[in-house]
Amino acid sequence: MAKLTRAKFTRERILILVGLALILAYPWGVAAVGQPFLIGLGARILVMGLAAASLDLIVGFGGMVSFGHAAFFGVGGYVVGILAFHAHDGTDLLGVIPGSNQALVAWPAAIVLGGLAALAIGALSLRTTGVHFIMITLAFAQMLFFLAVSLKTYGGDDGLSFRPRNLLPGLDTRNETSFYYVVAVLLVGFLILARRLLDARFGTALRGVRENERRLAALGIAPYGIKLAAFTLAGAVAGLAGALMANQARFVSPELLHWTKSGDLLIMVILGGLGTLYGSVLGAAVLIILETVLAAWTEHWMVVLGPVLVALILFARGGLWGVLAGTRRS
Amino acid sequence: MSALLEARNLVKRFGGLVATNDLSLNVRSGECHALIGPNGAGKSTLIAQLAGELRSDAGTIRFDGADVGRLGMAARARRGLVRSFQITAVLPDFTVLENLALAVQARQGRHYGFWRRAADEPALRDPARRLMDEIGLGELAERKARELAHGEQRQLELAMALATEPKLLLLDEPMAGMGPEESRHMIALLQRLKGGVSILLVEHDMEAVFALADRVTVLVYGGAVASGAPDAIRADPAVIEAYLGTDEAEGA
Repeated sequence: MAKLTRAKFTRERILILVGLALILAYPWGVAAVGQPFLIGLGARILVMGLAAASLDLIVGFGGMVSFGHAAFFGVGGYVVGILAFHAHDGTDLLGVIPGSNQALVAWPAAIVLGGLAALAIGALSLRTTGVHFIMITLAFAQMLFFLAVSLKTYGGDDGLSFRPRNLLPGLDTRNETSFYYVVAVLLVGFLILARRLLDARFGTALRGVRENERRLAALGIAPYGIKLAAFTLAGAVAGLAGALMANQARFVSPELLHWTKSGDLLIMVILGGLGTLYGSVLGAAVLIILETVLAAWTEHWMVVLGPVLVALILFARGGLWGVLAGTRRS
Repeated sequence: MSALLEARNLVKRFGGLVATNDLSLNVRSGECHALIGPNGAGKSTLIAQLAGELRSDAGTIRFDGADVGRLGMAARARRGLVRSFQITAVLPDFTVLENLALAVQARQGRHYGFWRRAADEPALRDPARRLMDEIGLGELAERKARELAHGEQRQLELAMALATEPKLLLLDEPMAGMGPEESRHMIALLQRLKGGVSILLVEHDMEAVFALADRVTVLVYGGAVASGAPDAIRADPAVIEAYLGTDEAEGA
């Protein structure tokens, strides 16, 4: 029994190292095959992986199925877009806040506002559970979506493009490879923090809430505070992912907050494996690569993608990460 | 001896059904007070009201010198009023050790550690291990709770409540679904606990009740029909009629 556990543990370790090596070597690889423009695709995968991993914290480990995670992703994106708009314009936001195209200003702001949005939405939504929770998070996300549509100053429906990317001291973020590595470092940093957090007291309580909320309350642990803290943290990280996505594309639009984006994130998490953390990044990679390949092949790529996803989810119980690592959820 | 728990004139209605009917009850410090009654008498409802899971429609609950009637289940548990469940409610994907370590963590009340591995914290592991050995689950530390036999799960259920170091344990049928051997084991365990912790025991197993209880209250239709020492209860004609029934009458 103990031996078996150790073997699985090693297999997951190997998988993590392979993943890490792939992430680090990717820019070199695409340059070697003469397709340097694929670096942007890689950066997008990592950004979506970051957003999906933050969603896994609440869905996979906390048992809270949020269908509105794109809201926080979008908030982060718009923080970057709006600050860059005012920096370019030389005007002040609401007459008081100057714009900025500094990453060290805009990204922390995206994290804080993503977190605050999640705190507010979570405080109300977490009074419900199950299907009600799914619907209320969706409803709040749609409210923010329509808010973004109504922001005529910032492009409304059409969105807002800005130039250049946010500046980082000592790094040229306009260089696609540099930007890719910035994203990679942030993703890996988050995964390390999240792993620690999940094995620490907070994560133990959070997983306990998923297993049996009533039991935790009976022991004296109020589940609401634990859930809200996790929801807020996930929102903050999604805000950072949104900020990175805005920078990757140098463009923000209400599409960032669309409910289909929340759906994509959920698919990535489920595809990779609920409650596996790293699986979410794998899920993001598989979904985005499938989309890209199929879209190049046929205009009706969605017709093909749907059945492929259904098959993967049906046959890879525990997600792709679970199959590859030989583990089931957490 | 002063009353540790004092419930007065408790009422709980579900629509037209009165589940708890103007019930008063107290548990003294250090005593084992058993609550018996036929199915549907409102025993589990009363436990839920006392634990804070159900809000009472009327009445007051004082515990350890304070009014706890408006507190939720978690807040009451932190004050030392802790329940166990009739239907086993251990965390199935946690190991035995993790279940207990989380209960210890609940007692300590510090949940916002984000970096240090809980498994490396002696402050969580050591008390959990001690309790595991005490309760007889020491061999099963690394087993997932879902893999345990029913009787072992019931033991773990009780151990989790104990790990919070309660002042009063509300035990909702700790022997539920156990075979005779397992029941005897559990009775012996509760006998060892007696005196150290006050217990309000809901149980169908009369052998257990009369072996453990210092006092017995009989509940019928949500109200207490009798309360007193076990021998007095056994002899009370009203109780025999309402609950112990003809079996006991024939036996006597």
